[in-house]
Amino acid sequence: MQLNIKYFGLIAELTSCGEEQLEFQGTKIEEVLEKLFEKYPDLKTKDFQVAQNREIVSNDSKITGGDIALLPPFSGG
Amino acid sequence: MKDKKIKNVFKEGAISSEFIGESIAKHQTKTSIGAHNIFLGQVRADEIDGKTVSAIEYTAYEDMANEKFHEIREATFEKFNLTCMHIYHSLGKVKAGEICLFVFVSSPRRKEVFKALEYVVEEIKAKAPVFGKEIFEDETHQWKVNS
Repeated sequence: MQLNIKYFGLIAELTSCGEEQLEFQGTKIEEVLEKLFEKYPDLKTKDFQVAQNREIVSNDSKITGGDIALLPPFSGG
Repeated sequence: MKDKKIKNVFKEGAISSEFIGESIAKHQTKTSIGAHNIFLGQVRADEIDGKTVSAIEYTAYEDMANEKFHEIREATFEKFNLTCMHIYHSLGKVKAGEICLFVFVSSPRRKEVFKALEYVVEEIKAKAPVFGKEIFEDETHQWKVNS
């Protein structure tokens, strides 16, 4: 399945891109993260939440396809 | 005045005092209102390790943030007796001393607006995926974390 991975804030700085496509065989968010950790080892040291289709999900949530976003701590306002 | 349409909360750059003034003026026709309360978030020139913050550059997961702002609006109307509510947040560069967040709540009665405004602002800080990059005078930067 094709996933659209979005990066924001300091995470986007680390990956040097705001968005990329990822070909993925698996079922859970944590499996996507493992793949991303392989590509960007420094990600492991960063604090972030994951959103799937614009809702915060946990690492053992099921992949439903679409947009996966890595969100560093919020600092609006 | 609830409405189901998801609004775009974001404005490019700082929120001007003229814009804020015009927003207040627009409410003069809504005469059931007896109390407004306004929160203005201003960019602070924090000093960090001897360097001074000169601006914050805001980015956001805009689609998700607008959905979250919408949910916060809906929840606030459920909890408090409000006539109307407006939220604006900056994107891009906002210099120290300029306004980056404008929250405006109105009600027939003052007690509601005091409680509602604090609720809205705290919810925004906690739930809206907005990211601030603190830019120092020497053009280096660090990523802001809400305290």
